[in-house]
Amino acid sequence: MDMNQYLSMFIDESNDHLQSLNDSMMGLEANPEDLSIVQVIFRSAHTLKGMAATMGFEDLASLTHQMENVLDLVRNNKLRMQDFIFDTLFKSIDALESMVEDITGGGAGKADVTAIVSSLQAIVRGEVPSAGNASAEVTAAASGNASAAQVFLDEFQYSVLEQSLQEGHQVLYVDVAIRKDCQLKAVRAYMVFDLLERSGEVVKSFPSVQDIEQEKFDYGFSLYYITQKDASEIQKMILNLSEIEAVTAVALDQESLRQMGQDTAAATAEAPASAPVQEAAPAAAGNASPAASLHPKEENGKAAPARAGGAPSPSRTIRVDIERLDVLMNLFSELLIDRVRLEQLASEVQNGDLTETVEHMGRVSGDLQNIVMKLRMVPVDTVFNRFPRMIRDLAKSLDKKVDLIITGADTELDRTVIDEIGDPLVHLLRNAVDHGIESIADRVAAGKPETGTVQLRAFHSGNHVFIEIEEDGKGIYPKNVLASAVKKGVITQEQAGTMTDDEAYQLLFAPGFSTAEVISDVSGRGVGLDVVKSKISSLGGNVTIYSTPGKGTNFSVQLPLTLSIIAAMLVRLGSEKYAIPLSSIVETGIVKQAQIRTIHGNRMLEFRGSHIPLVSLSKIFSIPDYDESTEEETEIVVVRKGERLVALAVQDFIGQNEIVIKNLGKYLPEVQGISGATILGDGQVALIIDPNAFIK
Amino acid sequence: MAEDIKVIVFKLGTEEYGIEVEKVQTIERMMPITRVPKTYSFIKGVINLRGVVIPVIDLRGRFGIEEAEHTDQTRIIIVNVNEMEVGFIVDSANDVIDLNRDIIDVPPDVVGGIKAKYLDGVAKIGDDRLLIMLNLSEVLNKSEIVQLESLEG
Repeated sequence: MDMNQYLSMFIDESNDHLQSLNDSMMGLEANPEDLSIVQVIFRSAHTLKGMAATMGFEDLASLTHQMENVLDLVRNNKLRMQDFIFDTLFKSIDALESMVEDITGGGAGKADVTAIVSSLQAIVRGEVPSAGNASAEVTAAASGNASAAQVFLDEFQYSVLEQSLQEGHQVLYVDVAIRKDCQLKAVRAYMVFDLLERSGEVVKSFPSVQDIEQEKFDYGFSLYYITQKDASEIQKMILNLSEIEAVTAVALDQESLRQMGQDTAAATAEAPASAPVQEAAPAAAGNASPAASLHPKEENGKAAPARAGGAPSPSRTIRVDIERLDVLMNLFSELLIDRVRLEQLASEVQNGDLTETVEHMGRVSGDLQNIVMKLRMVPVDTVFNRFPRMIRDLAKSLDKKVDLIITGADTELDRTVIDEIGDPLVHLLRNAVDHGIESIADRVAAGKPETGTVQLRAFHSGNHVFIEIEEDGKGIYPKNVLASAVKKGVITQEQAGTMTDDEAYQLLFAPGFSTAEVISDVSGRGVGLDVVKSKISSLGGNVTIYSTPGKGTNFSVQLPLTLSIIAAMLVRLGSEKYAIPLSSIVETGIVKQAQIRTIHGNRMLEFRGSHIPLVSLSKIFSIPDYDESTEEETEIVVVRKGERLVALAVQDFIGQNEIVIKNLGKYLPEVQGISGATILGDGQVALIIDPNAFIK
Repeated sequence: MAEDIKVIVFKLGTEEYGIEVEKVQTIERMMPITRVPKTYSFIKGVINLRGVVIPVIDLRGRFGIEEAEHTDQTRIIIVNVNEMEVGFIVDSANDVIDLNRDIIDVPPDVVGGIKAKYLDGVAKIGDDRLLIMLNLSEVLNKSEIVQLESLEG
């Protein structure tokens, strides 16, 4: 079967499960006694194993399988969670993540995980380093499922078998022994079951199917089997499989079945009596009696409700390819254009019914527009959810105590922004933990609690989303920043003398400021912050720092709600219309010809006490039917790139508009001064001006 | 035995040209074109094709033939080559014919002033009809365009 069509689904779901594993593990670490969390973890690992096996990613499947073995002991109270186990499980999750990443990148998901696997196996064997009482319990669990000579039936299973006999089916008692040198006995066992289930039904097996799956059996298992085939035929079929040592299949009649049923009753009666004895015996013998392993199903039954209660209810969502949403958006803008045309026609025709219908259509399409836009919005949680784990690891490796408090994770941002914002945030968070939060000793000396706090906040404000990272660490001293900047040659000594604290903080984002040396010398800020800044700027956002020396620092990132729709000023130059992004406009105004001066052949304009260049769009774009130099007065748009300003001369302001950004197509990937195009209400294409191109 | 291909036939001046039908997305009537400044002279601008912005090339300009006034017959043929969507302005487009690959000959050096590299071949239909098959990848080849522009100054 061609699995490729399921691959993207597999990747998406695997990532979900890995995320859930990470989250739950973090939760369990905070609350190690809560077995309901273990159930959630176990279930995620189990699902992952199943999916990986189905898709043929063996390494993935076998690693999750080993994890399950450990988790199974934990959830059955046979093993207590402790640091070493947490670390090993986290390492396993990391390994799984890199495998899934490899698969995402087109690989086969292969990885060398022998070290992790042997750690996991050691845990199952009870060889936990520095473990106290846990090891005894584990040994008990591992040896618990010694193969029993006979399979006991409960009343229900007994009656099923009896009825099958009455209906003329064969009831077989099958005992299978696998060769001792078999490498993957669970697989062999699975093959036996698979084979049997093709021509009948396995009613009961010992050990239980689940235990066999997890290789918790020696080299043999027994089962009751209903079929139409003869005992000898079944025996032959199973022996045909490789690595099977011996098979005995005995056909049962009513009499022998009854005999077995009685044995079952006897065993159950015996169990309570022998219980006190077992407790007195060495721990290893504790779970060895058949009575203890008799009811694995019931144990599961008890566990199930707890599992259901602990797990979050599945969200009612579907996955949609982002490209389909783009198509939807395009179709929608088409509809908008038609709507505008209809409105024009209706106003010409002056028919009441028609006008009413068109107006109604206008309202409906307005609502539709909102929904289309909302479909692209994704909660920032999709980015935030990996941070708790990251902070945990980072704090651990730096030997610090850090609490990460996330608020506003449900704040929504456009998908395109979400995709881009992850890396800058990782950077800022690492900074906060690495350089902001002090070591435990320093914190205590400063009279602060041992555990530092990092707040990660997201919230809406107007047309923007803010993401803030605030810690209660040592803060930044502007003096140190200035001193370092002078040393690095970023600014001169004189400049340093005139700078305000805010300006000093901005220096942290200056290219060339951050080097490894700076970190240890000064406040420890600035590792590649210029990269963070330029990334955020490229998203049309901004980042600012507030810091109180000794108390902590706040990085505030301001982001536009969406990248595909921006607010823009529409301007006219002759017969052509252009859009200028509002985010880069400082102000608009009118200047008289007399105010324009020429300095070194460049036309300059006095603007708020300084001279800024006046750029002639009509000349640069060779506008056919407009030239501002012949006019008495010229409308200007002052735009900004960083600290630098430029005035663009235009003919008319048309007004402010929300525009949908489109690219110019693959054939025209880059045109100087143009950053894209948009479709206006009348169906015309207007080009979007890239103000950065005019500021050198 | 070579297979039959379907070809869209269009005209530039008196010459007839052909583009394989699977490379043609749609044929549109003339529509408003937004000029894009600072590009090559033969790129007439961009159009809004049902919500997608597509650049439009005047094929006469591309081949260095004198540009003509647009008429009722003028069409924009939207092609999709190497994942690039581009519109070609042509004088008229009104025919689809089946062509056997066998009758497409290696192009002569120059046809109607067009360099051979833009051509896949020439098909002779009937006695007096010549169809010039375009090599779209070359027509859209940009590195070559840059040279061309610098020659034109």
